[in-house]
Amino acid sequence: MATTAISTPAYRGEYSGEQSGLWSWLSTVDHKRIGILYLYTALFFFMFGGVEALILRAQLGAPNQHLVSAEFYNQLFTMHGTTMIFLAIMPLSAAFFNFLIPLQIGARDVAFPRLNAFSYWVYLFGGIFITVPILFAVAPNGGWFGYAPLTTKPYSPGINIDFWVIGLQILGVSSLAAAFNFLTTIINLRAPGMTLMRMPMFTWMAFVVQFLLVLAFPVITIALVFLLFDRFFGTNFYNTVSAGADPLLWQHLFWIFGHPEVYILVLPAFGLVSEVLPTYSRKPLFGYPVMVYSGILIAALGFGVWAHHMFAVGMGPIADTFFGLTTMLIAIPTGVKIFNWIATMAQGAIRYTTSMLFGIGLVGLFTIGGISGIMHSSPPADLQQTDTYFIVAHFHYVLFGGSIMGIFAGIYHYFPKIQGRLMDEKLGKIHFWLTFIAMNLTFFPMHFSGMLGMPRRIYTYDAGQGWDLYNAMSTAGAMIFPIAMLIFIYNFFKSRKSGEIAGSNPWGAGTLEWSIPSPPPDYNFAKIPTVTSRYPLWEGKEVDHESARINSQEGKTAAELGIVMPYNTIKPLLVALGLIIMFCGLMTTPILIAAGAALLVFSLYSWLLSPLEPEHH
Amino acid sequence: MTAPAARIHVAHTSAPAPHHYTTLGLDSRKVAIWAFIGSECMLFVSLISTYLIYKGRSVVGPFPHETWTDPTTGHVLKPILNIPVTSASTFVLLMSSLFMVLALAAVQNKEKPKHSRGDRILGNSKLWLWMTAIAGTTFLGFQAFEFTSFVHEGLTIRTNLFGSSFFTLTGFHGAHVTAGVLWLVTLLAIDYRRGLGSRDSLLVDIAALYWHFVDVIWIVIFTLVYLIK
Amino acid sequence: MDTHATNLPDSAEADAHAPGEVEHAHPTWSTYWKVALILTLITVAEVWLYYIPSFVAGRGFIPTLLVLSALKFTIVVMFYMHLKYDHRLFRVLFTGPLMIASLTLLALMFLFGHLYIKIM
Ligand code: HEM
Ligand SMILES: [Cu+2]
Repeated sequence: MATTAISTPAYRGEYSGEQSGLWSWLSTVDHKRIGILYLYTALFFFMFGGVEALILRAQLGAPNQHLVSAEFYNQLFTMHGTTMIFLAIMPLSAAFFNFLIPLQIGARDVAFPRLNAFSYWVYLFGGIFITVPILFAVAPNGGWFGYAPLTTKPYSPGINIDFWVIGLQILGVSSLAAAFNFLTTIINLRAPGMTLMRMPMFTWMAFVVQFLLVLAFPVITIALVFLLFDRFFGTNFYNTVSAGADPLLWQHLFWIFGHPEVYILVLPAFGLVSEVLPTYSRKPLFGYPVMVYSGILIAALGFGVWAHHMFAVGMGPIADTFFGLTTMLIAIPTGVKIFNWIATMAQGAIRYTTSMLFGIGLVGLFTIGGISGIMHSSPPADLQQTDTYFIVAHFHYVLFGGSIMGIFAGIYHYFPKIQGRLMDEKLGKIHFWLTFIAMNLTFFPMHFSGMLGMPRRIYTYDAGQGWDLYNAMSTAGAMIFPIAMLIFIYNFFKSRKSGEIAGSNPWGAGTLEWSIPSPPPDYNFAKIPTVTSRYPLWEGKEVDHESARINSQEGKTAAELGIVMPYNTIKPLLVALGLIIMFCGLMTTPILIAAGAALLVFSLYSWLLSPLEPEHH
Repeated sequence: MTAPAARIHVAHTSAPAPHHYTTLGLDSRKVAIWAFIGSECMLFVSLISTYLIYKGRSVVGPFPHETWTDPTTGHVLKPILNIPVTSASTFVLLMSSLFMVLALAAVQNKEKPKHSRGDRILGNSKLWLWMTAIAGTTFLGFQAFEFTSFVHEGLTIRTNLFGSSFFTLTGFHGAHVTAGVLWLVTLLAIDYRRGLGSRDSLLVDIAALYWHFVDVIWIVIFTLVYLIK
Repeated sequence: MDTHATNLPDSAEADAHAPGEVEHAHPTWSTYWKVALILTLITVAEVWLYYIPSFVAGRGFIPTLLVLSALKFTIVVMFYMHLKYDHRLFRVLFTGPLMIASLTLLALMFLFGHLYIKIM
């Protein structure tokens, strides 16, 4: 990871001896630096998961191929899904939560800066933990939803599933810690005048997502604890053979988490495009309050639809009807969002920047995924579609067409704020069009292969079932992604070094984060602004001129301004390390558990008993 | 959620350090602990649901409320739950909550003048923190006793669905109590080293919120697991 | 930019100190021990009911116990966790998740056949 090279003069640790270099990144508690760490790490995992997908597609490009074995194919699709969801999209969202939330609400940092660092390190270590096994062909192989009893010891005796169970447990710690942090930050660190109904839409969606995380992750934690106990201590939670366990227990617990999880994946992207579309249409977001309420409604309903993933197990007419209905209902607030985005763009002075293209891409592609979603909200229809490539098409339209498009829109939009320089628009547009074409060429034919009965998760198939052409198309499309990604990466690093200097507000956007220098100084706001409207930089007469003037000044250090900054500290990293060592001990020897626990307890106490920032007089 | 400060009723929130502006005038740690408690509701509901789902589904005994005769050996296994013992431990945990609020009140009123012996006892934060920690430890002692006697009677975490879900649910609760006792001991250590005063109310307040929540969970477990047959 | 206070708008300074003023609703020792007494009495009642076979066999047993338990739950949360006196944000942060959790529990009970709706 190239994290050591990206320090910019603006991120100076005032109270630490070190100003830049490796140590300053290991010990940072600055939300912007942590956001950057998340961004780089998650982009790395995104590409790793992408390579896995390429191998999958290469294997399926034509009938009866044997590029990889059936067993390795299982590992590949399991790790592809797990990586994309837990190591790429969620942390990419977290990168934006970190970087943007404090800037958008006018705060100097998150509520708990050290906890924030801890979340990142746990994520990094957990990501490594769950990713390394595939290099040795012992990766998890039970699918991203790891259905038990398939994943219990009798059916999956190897260590593959152990990595998955423990790895997800570790990543859950990271997500939960971060969620409590952001929740508190949004509730409690808003600048004066930043009422809930003036919050930028990204922060709003982030707020909703933190609730989803806080409520959904404990359920998967417990489901995984059961599986862990079954595998390590011989309990019976999923022991259907001799103990009479219910084979649906895992499925219910998993999807109680799993459906909120899909909104955890997509709502941050919704938030990002809700910043992007108004900016490049030069119009405020259409129907702001409705956007807020529909976000809340989606989240609330999201806890009552989980069993639509289980229509095929035969839950009976009442349950099927109930979950079919709630699923159809949830499409309403989702549709409302789409219409509001369209209305935002309507009659706006649209600028087709790369970011805008990705934003529009989301509106179009997510709609396709939403529509196929409604199709399988009806149990009889779903029985035809479930476990086929039709489902694969659905969730790639919502996840790639939704989450990833939104995240790229966000990256192009916020790159200048993060790095202080603009990305190359020409390369950006090539990246967009290649991605757009690749995406549709890969995933649209899957609707057809799925309808023709091609099941998910088969490693090869016979010719002559009508699937050959569609698979060839999908594979051809997939091969375009790496080209697009290489262009993106090249653009990213080139622009970071020699892109055009951005200035504080290159896009003429309206929210607070654009009122301060790019990249922002470590204290963010020299003077905490007073907010009087939703787009403080647009509504000219209401601008808090005094703070605007002070905040746009560059080059002042926190010390000169008399702003107290937190100390840098390595302790969160050490606590995270202790945690990982403990979990590794679970798979190897109790000595490691003891050593990890000792490190964890010692560094945790030392963290809690040391002050966050200098005393101030 | 953005009520003007004048309308805020925050009887128990100590004023945050003045240089840290917060939107609601609340301390962030208290916001976080409530969010954490909300999250814990889902954690325990997952555990409790599983226990209830598997209730009456075990294929072999022992069972919680019924006797079971092993068809192969003819062994008779008595109902496993010991209501008198658990009632006692439930009572102890309830009392610990009383001690905990008294500890908090003592810390909040540290600087107020004490006029009588009663005032001085009620104002002794160390006493009430000790009492809470001891009550918590006693509860854990009861649980250790319960677990070992169950094992002797033939119920382990591997025996049947009941054993797996029972030990995991109550074990998770016990682990929460253990963490709470450690937290209390840490507060005691601070109290001995530099004395807890009203400016530290928040430290005790968040520990107390956690402690009461763990108690509340036990109230639910006691009814759903122990009393309802 | 000489002092830190200049970084804060004046009203915010005032807000930060406001909480101390509204202490009149503060529960005291007499509330606390009464609450403990009530909790103990309810617990005694619960265990007592458990030992009345005719009541246990009746239809009222489970609902009564659930109500008593919910009562204890509420009392502890309102008085010992002082939700009754505290900022309403905390009420939202607690009751929201509690409701989702309870509904999830209920739904699971239906799905696994421990509760059912009689049609006809
Ligand atoms: C209009 C809104 C949506 C509806 C009505 C909907 C409906 C459904 C239904 C019924 C299924 C189950 C299909 C089956 O397995 O037979 C499903 C699967 C799936 N959905 Fe959606 N969905 C919607 C939006 C989303 C969003 C926003 C995401 C993620 C960003 C998403 C991600 C997924 C995933 C990942 C699966 C497959 C899970 C798996 O089997 O691995 N969906 N959707
Ligand atoms: Cu779903």
